[in-house]
Amino acid sequence: MPLRLLKFGLAKKYPEPRMFRQPDRLKPSYDAVIIGAGGHGLAAAYYLARDHGITNVAVLEKGYLGGGNTGRNTTIIRSNYLTPSGVKFYDESVRLWQDLSQDFDLNIFYSTRGHFTLAHTDSSLRTMRWRAEVNKHLGVNSELVDPDQIHAACPQMDIDCGGHTPILGALYHAPGSIARHDAVAWGYGRGADQRGVEIHQQTEVLGIKVKSGQVTGVATSQGEIETTKLLCAVAGSTPKLLEMVGLRSPLVIHPLQAMVSEPMKPWLDQIIVSGSLHVYVSQSARGELVMGASLDPYELHSTRSTLDFTEGLAAHMLDLFPFLSHVKIVRQWAGMADMTPDFAPMMGKTAIEGFYLDSGWGTWGFKATPVCGKTMAATVAGDRNHELIQEFSLDRFSSYQLVGEKGAASVGH
Amino acid sequence: MKLMTCPVNGTRPISEFICGGELRPMPDPNQVDDETWADYVFHRNGAAGIKAEWWCHTPSNTWFVAERNTQIDQVLRTYLYGQEEQS
Ligand SMILES: Cc1cc2nc3c(=O)[nH]c(=O)nc-3n(C[C@H](O)[C@H](O)[C@H](O)COP(=O)(O)OP(=O)(O)OC[C@H]3O[C@@H](n4cnc5c(N)ncnc54)[C@H](O)[C@@H]3O)c2cc1C
Repeated sequence: MPLRLLKFGLAKKYPEPRMFRQPDRLKPSYDAVIIGAGGHGLAAAYYLARDHGITNVAVLEKGYLGGGNTGRNTTIIRSNYLTPSGVKFYDESVRLWQDLSQDFDLNIFYSTRGHFTLAHTDSSLRTMRWRAEVNKHLGVNSELVDPDQIHAACPQMDIDCGGHTPILGALYHAPGSIARHDAVAWGYGRGADQRGVEIHQQTEVLGIKVKSGQVTGVATSQGEIETTKLLCAVAGSTPKLLEMVGLRSPLVIHPLQAMVSEPMKPWLDQIIVSGSLHVYVSQSARGELVMGASLDPYELHSTRSTLDFTEGLAAHMLDLFPFLSHVKIVRQWAGMADMTPDFAPMMGKTAIEGFYLDSGWGTWGFKATPVCGKTMAATVAGDRNHELIQEFSLDRFSSYQLVGEKGAASVGH
Repeated sequence: MKLMTCPVNGTRPISEFICGGELRPMPDPNQVDDETWADYVFHRNGAAGIKAEWWCHTPSNTWFVAERNTQIDQVLRTYLYGQEEQS
């Protein structure tokens, strides 16, 4: 529609309404304050307003909405985890995802693709059989498939991987999906805004005020505000925020990088993940291959990217898809992943009254965006941990009650 | 950071090294209560800053300490454990 585009370009005012308001100043106090306008923080604001009627809420974002890991991730959504608490949690999330476009009246490009986690060794095949059984027991569509079935689904893939790491089987998860990450943040942001929530970008939290073990307010780059309920959903910045309130945690920050190829005609329907080759890949609605690998090997609080990563990932991509050798990489970036030792999140109430945490989402939290929003909103509103997050509390480490999701979460997006 | 200086083998590409995490004093497991021990085992100082870390030059299996700024990925100095003074 070039004529409409031209009119749009020449218009003095934006003919389309903005997704959300830009309030010019903070109020002196709010019923609840959310730090971080990523998917998680915005989803919590949305459900607080929609389901709990708490609308006097500010979401504070130091940069721009969705500019953290939400806008940097490879958008894989699945629920075939290993521990029952994990499976139940992610399965609820997948259910919420399926209605989101409808809910928001905004197309989030949710696309069910089918998710293959490839096994190149006997031991990974064994873990996958275990995962498939746990999944089936909890009603999640998940099964072990053999190389012939993989070949039939994805004939472009070299099942022998050039001879060095042949594929022995895969865990197949039919509901595995991808979605447009930005749209998720915008949808939640707009929905929250329409219900009265204020979104303050360029507003960094610099300090948290606590009196006799109870949160009383926050100091921001735009002034101080009072609140008794504070939700911290800042992914890679969590240790810094925890330091402000003096809480200890096992979080360590490692960069996670990703890259995309030039756009191609659609040829890859599925999401393909290989833990042994450290590759995960899907093809976006725009035709780009969206690719990721494992975490950078050491702690770093920065989003720089490296040539080592591109070279390593490209080499492994060619093991699986040798015909891509002429394809170009067009973009590369990184996000800061907040990693826990048991590959499960840290969520819920903390030792400080009114300080709620949604963190430890490392490399796998995009898929959990809706369910985190929902459970954290309920937790903040009722000052009680939602039943789905009971096992994810921060104090599980002090009592040696780790979750053990490593087999399913480490590289398996 | 693309290079790291091993106190024994000199400056080498970073791919030859692995990081062993922050240098932390271990409490005596026979003396401390479970909570202090859990704190040592699990909790970390996860915020950005200048940290002393264990690093290993893998081809020669040399473990040493590197002081590194984890915000900008810059190594300030490296030395063998206990030989900080000479560095
Ligand atoms: C490369 C990459 C690939 C990934 N792939 C997947 C995947 O395929 N599937 C999956 O499920 N997950 C994936 N993840 C993980 C997922 O992206 C994250 O777990 C999830 O997006 C976290 O969302 P969030 O809203 O909690 O955090 P973010 O989106 O990071 O939002 C946090 C916000 O807090 C803000 N903030 C920080 N400090 C302050 C402060 N002091 N004051 C105010 N604001 C502050 C930040 O600016 C940021 O916008 C991936 C991550 C990366 C980096």
